[in-house]
Amino acid sequence: MILIDTDVVTLSRLQFALTALYHFLFVPLTLGLVWMLAIMESVYVMTGREVWKRMVQFWGVLFGINFAMGVATGVTMEFQFGMNWAYYSHYVGDIFGAPLAIEGLMAFFLEATLIGVFFMGWERISRVKHLLVTWFLALGTSLSALWILIANAWMQHPVDSEFNPATMRMEVTSFSEVFFNPVAQEKFVHTVSAGYVLGAMFVLSISAWYLLRGRNVDFAKRSMTVAASFGLAAALSVVVLGDASGYTVSLNQKMKMAAIEAMWHTEPAPAAFTLFGLPDVQQRTTHYAVKIPWVMGLIGTHSIDQTMPGIAELVDAAKGRIGNGIQAYDAMLMLRQDKDNAQAKATLAAHDKDLGYALLLKKYVDDPRQATPADIQRAADSTIPNVPVLFWAFRIMVGCGFYFIALFAFSFWKASTRTLDSQRWYLRLALWSLPLPWVAIELGWIVAEYGRQPWAIEGVLPTALGVSSVSAGQVLTSLGGFVFFYTALAIVDVFLMLKFVRKGPDGLGIWPPAIAATPSGQH
Amino acid sequence: MFDYATLRVIWWALLGTLLIGFAIMDGFDFGVAGLLKVLGRDNEERKVLLEGIEPTWEGNQVWFILAGGATFAAWPMLYAVSFSGMYFAIALVLLALILRPVGFNFRGKIHDPRWASLWDWVLTGSGLTVMLVAGIAFGNLFLGLPFRFDDDLRMNWHGGFLDLLHPFALLCGLVSLGMLLAHGACFAALKADHAIAVRAVAIARWTTLTFAALYVLAGVWLAYGIPGYAIAGPVLTEGVSNPLYKQVAIGGSWFAGYLQYPWFWAAPLLALAAAVGVQVLIGRRSTAGFIASSVMVGSTIASAGFALFPFLLPSSLDPRSSLTVWDASSSRGTLQLMLLVTLVLLPIVILYTGWVYRVMRGRVTLEQVRKAHGGY
Repeated sequence: MILIDTDVVTLSRLQFALTALYHFLFVPLTLGLVWMLAIMESVYVMTGREVWKRMVQFWGVLFGINFAMGVATGVTMEFQFGMNWAYYSHYVGDIFGAPLAIEGLMAFFLEATLIGVFFMGWERISRVKHLLVTWFLALGTSLSALWILIANAWMQHPVDSEFNPATMRMEVTSFSEVFFNPVAQEKFVHTVSAGYVLGAMFVLSISAWYLLRGRNVDFAKRSMTVAASFGLAAALSVVVLGDASGYTVSLNQKMKMAAIEAMWHTEPAPAAFTLFGLPDVQQRTTHYAVKIPWVMGLIGTHSIDQTMPGIAELVDAAKGRIGNGIQAYDAMLMLRQDKDNAQAKATLAAHDKDLGYALLLKKYVDDPRQATPADIQRAADSTIPNVPVLFWAFRIMVGCGFYFIALFAFSFWKASTRTLDSQRWYLRLALWSLPLPWVAIELGWIVAEYGRQPWAIEGVLPTALGVSSVSAGQVLTSLGGFVFFYTALAIVDVFLMLKFVRKGPDGLGIWPPAIAATPSGQH
Repeated sequence: MFDYATLRVIWWALLGTLLIGFAIMDGFDFGVAGLLKVLGRDNEERKVLLEGIEPTWEGNQVWFILAGGATFAAWPMLYAVSFSGMYFAIALVLLALILRPVGFNFRGKIHDPRWASLWDWVLTGSGLTVMLVAGIAFGNLFLGLPFRFDDDLRMNWHGGFLDLLHPFALLCGLVSLGMLLAHGACFAALKADHAIAVRAVAIARWTTLTFAALYVLAGVWLAYGIPGYAIAGPVLTEGVSNPLYKQVAIGGSWFAGYLQYPWFWAAPLLALAAAVGVQVLIGRRSTAGFIASSVMVGSTIASAGFALFPFLLPSSLDPRSSLTVWDASSSRGTLQLMLLVTLVLLPIVILYTGWVYRVMRGRVTLEQVRKAHGGY
């Protein structure tokens, strides 16, 4: 048994975080934009009006650039579990691998196979068939998100699995609960809604820019109308379902919830919501806190009489679980010597839910059974995630969410009253709001994943134990490669996006048809 | 439904099927990309070649993604050990796969010959890299890889990237390269403008010939120069998935399985027969020629998998750490569920893939590319 190389852990985490956050710049845009394309093309097929087809083709060009980046950076995610998180892959592959494989079979195959026909099949199949292709493409992207989030939800809330001492890994007891994990459903709806908000904002902002320039006016107004209605529905859903997600987190990941709220100690029910404040990790208090009574208790427990545990109480609970975990660890080692030891079996069965807590000690001692009370205290303290980061990331995300509702509601009103281009300040506001959904989405991931630390699988496998037996030099090299190539690709991606936005439907000969040289809008 | 041992054999066969699916479907994309500069003499010709694979390459690549995902789900240890052990080799393949989607999409987005040429080189390089590294990695399986498990089943690897470059593994890399270049050339003969197809036929012929010669050479080397692995003592086909419970002997022959199950011979013989088929057919009936090269690719991979059976990943450092079909799988419940899912979904995938190929059928001509000026 070897102590884990902390440099490898740090570098592997950094690499995973960077590549995942980077990948998720493209995925939500794909998720949102594809449904906008499906809506536009449906209008085209129903009304037969050419402009709607041209809208699909123009936004499709931008969709295509983004889709390529999403596919390219998605491969990295699948590879990385094996390359950098080999022990994780061994330890939970029995459960975690299944949704990933199903994602490939059910969703990624569908979208990747149909994308070619979407772009190159306009002249080869009937309108209705092409529309079906677009709808199935949209379905494929959302299904893909569903299966990935089922896998991710299991990391947050590892249902229906048990530790097998003979194979030294977690094994599934029932897949139905893994697939119908309540965390997965809320995560899925919250995440795809966030993608829809981004897709809508993308179309809204770029169209606003055309209106500011007085270019492609009809084209842009129609696009904005679709974006405003789709965006309003999505923004409402992302906030409402974000609340549902918060409720589930408070049930299953109490420490994450307490950290988001910087709730250092249990408060009498119903707890107050800290609107602002400066969390102080050293003194375990929040300075200058502005509190709204009752709200936190309502969000977290959907009741007024249940308390929510604070960080200090959760650390104490963790200490108890570490003690149980050590017993489970001891029993596991006894079973390795004699797999029929009935007493060890009984001990393991009683405490296997806490085995992961003993593994937290591996950061400090080789053998968790030799841990001193000081080690146990350190391990228990290590279950507190980074409070200030979670506190602020969460608040900025939620703030963005409410802003999106307001902006899209206003846009919807302007679209309904046909006054989209009447006020330049509104168009500028719409244009400059473009980065905000990305900010909110990336912060959302930080809350979900950074907030799960120190766990890779909540309560089961500490992140530090999940790494591969590779050297820090190897990870540093691949990390450097990612930084280099991803930066280069980001530059090309932004350059191409700007180029095609600037050209616009008019410059590309897509619209109006009078100056359209070729019937094909595919450049 | 099935007992554990049967499920393991089925999943071994399914893993092979996915790898073969990947090699046949994505293999010709890599092959065409690798030959891009040879077959396509100017920008327009290269555009013809790329437009031939553009509508379908993305779906083809999912065979690889799926093979990875299925390995994760059904053979988690195989996934963990191979991906982390061969770290730089896998990273190279990953880089190649990252650059392909953007290469296809970005190439035509700026009308500048230097821009197009840059992406031509990227696509060529990524095609060659994947074909070579895949073969080298497969060759290393027969040599055994330097890893061992500790009692927690944490894997330790003692070796670097350069250790993978054993002459036999390099030969396997060339076998893979020859095979998939031939397969790509056959696809170009089927799909590209006649002016290019004529060239593709010639290249398909001599790459197939080279492949066949190297393949036989590798087989002879394997039979006489490379010690085989065998499970020593009782073989527990229903045992728990923990490799450390068995003993492994080195020194036998990798052809032991071929002696035990003579029908294994069908695979290498079919591979060679298909190579002859390519020679005969590709110039006359390109569809038949392409089918022959597909059979050649599939049976070559099957012949290597048969030789390894029941081993998945032999360990040269600590033979009992070797991963075999009997001790590296997921639990029975996972294998069963994943089998069910695959049986339902894979036929649907094949159906709509077939539909897409039908929609996009026909040769891509130079005239077409000139008319579309720019293209997608």
